[in-house]
Amino acid sequence: MKLCDMSIYELSEMLDKKEVSSVEISKDVLSRISKVKDICGGYLTVLDENVILDKAKEADSRISDNKRKSKIDGIPYALKDNMCTKGIATTCASKILENFIPPYDCTVYEHLSNAGGVLVGKCDMDEFAMGSTTENSALGCTKNPWDVNKVAGGSSGGSAAVVSSGQAIFALGSDTGGSIRLPSSFCGVSGIKPTYSAVSRYGLVAFASSLDQIGPITKDARDAAIILDEIVRYDNKDSTSVMVMADYYKNLTGNIKGMKIGIDMAHYDGLNAEVKDAVFTALDDYKALGCEIVDLSFSHNDIALSAYYIISSAEASSNLARFDGVKYGMRIQGGDIIDTYVKTRSEGFGSEVKRRIMLGTFVLSSGYYDAYYKKALKARSVIKNNYDEAFKKCDIVISPTAVSGAFERGRKTQSPTEIYLSDIYTVTANIAGIPAMSIPCGFTKEGMPIGLQIAANSYCEQTILNAAFAYQNSTNFHKQQPNLVKEAK
Amino acid sequence: MQISLSDVEYLAELSRLEFSDEEAAKMQKDLSSIIDYVNKLNDIKTEDIAAKEHILNLSNVLRQDIVMQSLSNEEALKNAYDSEENYFKVPQLMEDE
Repeated sequence: MKLCDMSIYELSEMLDKKEVSSVEISKDVLSRISKVKDICGGYLTVLDENVILDKAKEADSRISDNKRKSKIDGIPYALKDNMCTKGIATTCASKILENFIPPYDCTVYEHLSNAGGVLVGKCDMDEFAMGSTTENSALGCTKNPWDVNKVAGGSSGGSAAVVSSGQAIFALGSDTGGSIRLPSSFCGVSGIKPTYSAVSRYGLVAFASSLDQIGPITKDARDAAIILDEIVRYDNKDSTSVMVMADYYKNLTGNIKGMKIGIDMAHYDGLNAEVKDAVFTALDDYKALGCEIVDLSFSHNDIALSAYYIISSAEASSNLARFDGVKYGMRIQGGDIIDTYVKTRSEGFGSEVKRRIMLGTFVLSSGYYDAYYKKALKARSVIKNNYDEAFKKCDIVISPTAVSGAFERGRKTQSPTEIYLSDIYTVTANIAGIPAMSIPCGFTKEGMPIGLQIAANSYCEQTILNAAFAYQNSTNFHKQQPNLVKEAK
Repeated sequence: MQISLSDVEYLAELSRLEFSDEEAAKMQKDLSSIIDYVNKLNDIKTEDIAAKEHILNLSNVLRQDIVMQSLSNEEALKNAYDSEENYFKVPQLMEDE
């Protein structure tokens, strides 16, 4: 196996034993990027080779001095392009921020830098993280490494694609309604959205501030635990940050005997048979691992999706008001200041972003505020209460991550409501603020990965990681590789 | 619920966006179908339920008023479209007398 296809855990062991250097790993990642970047994309920016190798050399000299900082010291990784990196373009895949070079670092990048991680580049995404396919990127073209005629999922499609194709050992994504989990499911990798407030959002370009959360996309659950140990930290720069005491990697036991798994049969009504079979087989595997299945009946998915589109669009319309061509970003000069705002925004934003701004403006406008926005906030209470009740009966809730495997590119760009349904299983976790993870649990007949979603109560990431780790110890789905990777060897 | 073209025009004005006739027609269709979908919310009873802006049990988060390190003027102005001395130079907002 090539170095760039190995996990953080494996590479970290090798680095500790001085069997490999960070420079060798980084060069292998760069070589993979040059082989596959024109085939499946994934990056908007790849840093200069010398910058990457200098960081790798620094890690190697720490390692030779026996002063390795962490398990990710010397490990090459990627960030979604909505996370501010000082001196490195941060575009949100939008024309309006195409030339934006942040003057400061987001908190997660600070943490990963301090831990010795080697940043390789910034990943493609749906513009301002609005979308489920990464086709809404104004600046990139990311395809699914398993089949380049299919979408990578979104909005963190670039992050999932680079991990799945060996162009980074791990990546960070952000998840507002499923944007880490959906592309992880489509690209056959493991991605977790932590509890709202567990990871600092400082320096993450805001989409919907009450829902956004940063999390890792990795090759397996063990790697996810390693990354969460570095980024789950209290941050006084984020007023919604909460102190969480955890030691995720150390507490991975792989023993889940007696764990209670909640399932909602309403999730399976009319579900694609391949996905249904894969999830039911996974549930049998869990039973074999000593878990007990508990029936839940939420039936709140449609309501959650409605509440999600109202709340997220309302918050987006407010957050994106800052892009007006005055202080930074693109400016299209108009006749007067109002005309400058209008021309800049109309030229700078893509059609999906405009649609969300318009929807958000509508639900917040006089006469509709109570009927839509306030109603959605009440629906959020209903959904949160449903979960509070559910977690009295079970430890985790298992469902599919998506209604299908990855679909053809270009297929769903016509009808917004059809594509919004891609998020039906994932949005509830954002609405309720709870953590949820997608891990690979099978393949469609076409050979596309299928994702299993594991959700738990707030701050119970450890339970999810243990459930995922135990499953991955007894299955091989997460170890499969796309043909593109096999051919690149 | 049907969103009219004049609704689209009004929302565009509030949003500081402009659309061609073709784009406005598509926006009208898309918004109408999205609003139709989200009307499913009316299926749930919420009379006795409080609205939840966020899921945290946090209220005001305060800190000591202490001067801390911040960006230099030069760094803060680096992305400015235009600047003069230590200021952002912005388009004229008010008419001359």
